[in-house]
Amino acid sequence: MSDITRREQTNELALQFGNAWNYAPSREGTEQVSLKPRYELFIDGAWTAPKSNRYFATINPATEETLAEVAEANEEDVARAVTGARAAYDNVWRKLSGKERAKYIYRIARALQEKAREFAIVETLDGGKPIKESRDIDVPLAAAHFFYHAGWADKLHYAFQGREARPLGVAGQIIPWNFPLLMAAWKIAPALACGNTVVLKPAETTPLTALMLAQIFQEIELPPGVVNIVTGAGATGAALAAHPGIDKVAFTGSTAVGKRIQQALAGSKKRLTLELGGKAANVVFADAPIDQAVEGIVNGIFFNQGHVCCAGSRLLVEESVHDIVVRKLQDRMRTLRVGDPLDKNTDVGAINSKMQLGKIHEMVAAGEEEGATRWSATYDLPSKGFFFPPTIFTGAAQSCRIAREEIFGPVLTVLTFRTPDEAIEKANNTMYGLSAGVWTDKGSKSFYMAQRLEAGVVWANTFNKFDATSPFGGFKESGLGREGGRQGLAAYSEVVG
Amino acid sequence: MKKTQEKQVNPAGFVRGGAEIVKAERAEENVVTHRLSIPKAWKMYVGGAFVRSESGRYFQVVGATESADATTTNIPLASRKDFRDAMGVAQAAQPKWAARTAYNRGQILYRLAEILEARSEEFVRSLVRGGATEAEAALEVAAAIDRSVYYAGFADKLGALLASSNPVAGPHFAFTVPEPIGVFAVLAPQKLPLLGLVTTILPLVCAGNTVVAIGSDLDPRTVITFCEALATSDFPGGVINVLTGRAKELAPWFVKHREVRAIEAYSDDAALLTELERGSADAVRRTKTHHAVAREWFFDDRRGQGLGFLERAVEHKSIWHPVGL
Repeated sequence: MSDITRREQTNELALQFGNAWNYAPSREGTEQVSLKPRYELFIDGAWTAPKSNRYFATINPATEETLAEVAEANEEDVARAVTGARAAYDNVWRKLSGKERAKYIYRIARALQEKAREFAIVETLDGGKPIKESRDIDVPLAAAHFFYHAGWADKLHYAFQGREARPLGVAGQIIPWNFPLLMAAWKIAPALACGNTVVLKPAETTPLTALMLAQIFQEIELPPGVVNIVTGAGATGAALAAHPGIDKVAFTGSTAVGKRIQQALAGSKKRLTLELGGKAANVVFADAPIDQAVEGIVNGIFFNQGHVCCAGSRLLVEESVHDIVVRKLQDRMRTLRVGDPLDKNTDVGAINSKMQLGKIHEMVAAGEEEGATRWSATYDLPSKGFFFPPTIFTGAAQSCRIAREEIFGPVLTVLTFRTPDEAIEKANNTMYGLSAGVWTDKGSKSFYMAQRLEAGVVWANTFNKFDATSPFGGFKESGLGREGGRQGLAAYSEVVG
Repeated sequence: MKKTQEKQVNPAGFVRGGAEIVKAERAEENVVTHRLSIPKAWKMYVGGAFVRSESGRYFQVVGATESADATTTNIPLASRKDFRDAMGVAQAAQPKWAARTAYNRGQILYRLAEILEARSEEFVRSLVRGGATEAEAALEVAAAIDRSVYYAGFADKLGALLASSNPVAGPHFAFTVPEPIGVFAVLAPQKLPLLGLVTTILPLVCAGNTVVAIGSDLDPRTVITFCEALATSDFPGGVINVLTGRAKELAPWFVKHREVRAIEAYSDDAALLTELERGSADAVRRTKTHHAVAREWFFDDRRGQGLGFLERAVEHKSIWHPVGL
């Protein structure tokens, strides 16, 4: 079977569509969005000015224009938020029945659905992701997470067979900039469902949708202090993780910071879950449906500009189909539309920040220095803002930095293998273990690979799929614990008996 | 030690348990005919073999004076290198152990229970030699055997209890399965040398992990006797590896090996446990420490065993596949 299909030759001829690919812009309107010029901290159900007296600007990475000023929480502010969360836990939230907690969380889900368009636009403005992704993935999934977890609140006695689940207390949650609203939902929804209260710190480059979520909390009359939102950068997060008044830390972000948090928590009795970096292998066998695989490769690495911890950033392709896969991948990449994130046609939007763009440039330079071959199609990138063309490297060695380190950008490294066991060996030869992909037409081979790939999520003949019902999280140095599904509830419960 | 010497000194000056009985039988003949007993060289259990410490070091233990068998014994004092060697063995054994069917792992655990039961009197004697009363020892042995049976029956059920079929909102067949984490480094409780060790390591191997454990150094002979049961119980070599030595010296090396994916540590030394937690960060190890756990806890079937122990022994892997024609 594979011999027959793979005799197909790599054809150097290509269809040239020229300007036919240039769609007329279809820009999402921003009229219905009214951002406040300045956002305070959300503590105890009220907007309060920071004791630090400091504010920082959050910008649109596609235009470099300032969107709003946001309060910077210092240690004192974090302490106020923790005190508020503790009081809400002791006086209100832990005393509520699961049934009543559920109703609040359902209200959040509904309000988010009602404001979906507004949230999608702000998510794109603040973070640079294409509007079609924030509209079709981030916001609906965030609402789904609240809806899903609301239903658990009064069914926790079924979640841990024969045992009892008790809340932990106050959860300190630190989230990244790649899926700002979705990560807030992943963190807040299970914490509330399990009976905990929350202090959340959004990323400094993308705080706006979390602050809009705070407005929802006010509007749906969530008891004050149940969720507090403190904005700021790394120092604010560190103050939150270190605060003695919290019982649990949940962090999503880089492996380096995750390790520092784990270290800082030693001996503290605080519970910890970490969702860290990745360098996922996406394994394509010669017997795979190549065209579908190419779509999966593109989705795996260029979704959200590659700012995805589980991005399929290492393509492991069976040697016999390397040329044709690369050729088809290049053809597909020529059709990607890169640019204005608000344009509904855009496939790849803006890089989240100038700093991240710098890191991508650095890694790409390292790839070239180490002798790999860089390729990207010609894109008409906007003159302002932070953009990077979707890029692939071929001829890379396992030892190259671009094959080992997380780039967190739209950069794919292509490696080859000859046997399934070589693919497994190469795929697992990393400190990470968040996700992996496998493409083959053979069911038994797909399961063989899925069993052996050291990753918390394995996508077979698909990639980058997420759902509230499906536990997500890493093996090895990609993290501790799971988010989503029944298994994810353990992260916010003390299970006894 | 003093009392031991009072008990029996043969002409050659050897102090060994067993000689006393021989003398008593021949008393009426008024001939001191000694049958010298054969003392056992106590060794650690690594890769299915009984080994001395590569370092040549040893520590001595003396049986409790109440015991008939109150002799001084040399026990291997494991070194950092012993730990490293055991890690290599455990790592090599892990994929094969995990690849066995859950049914097979369950049968091997049940076989262990059979062997423990058959040798229960020996274990009681051993624990008494280590300082337990007869009654305490009998209770501990019974609980250890029952715990082995408990996990024998769990091997092919934890999958059903911890896995899930995930009804994702799309055309995908999605499910989550528990998988072993890899190699666990274990600091077994000092108290309850048999039950503590059994409580700690059996759920780990039940779920498909392999183990390098440091046994109690208060009663290492019971620990080694347990290893002798392991060696005759169908457990493949390398699945459970047990070192005898000092926790304070060995445990810190747990966090210097990247192959150690997870740690279960029991100790009364809070500083040592914190050191393990801190050191675990550099490889994001799954580390669970248990400080000053009371004896009763191990005997309590609600707290000393259960699905929670198996949950800590696994990773969850979510697998997606599209559904379509």
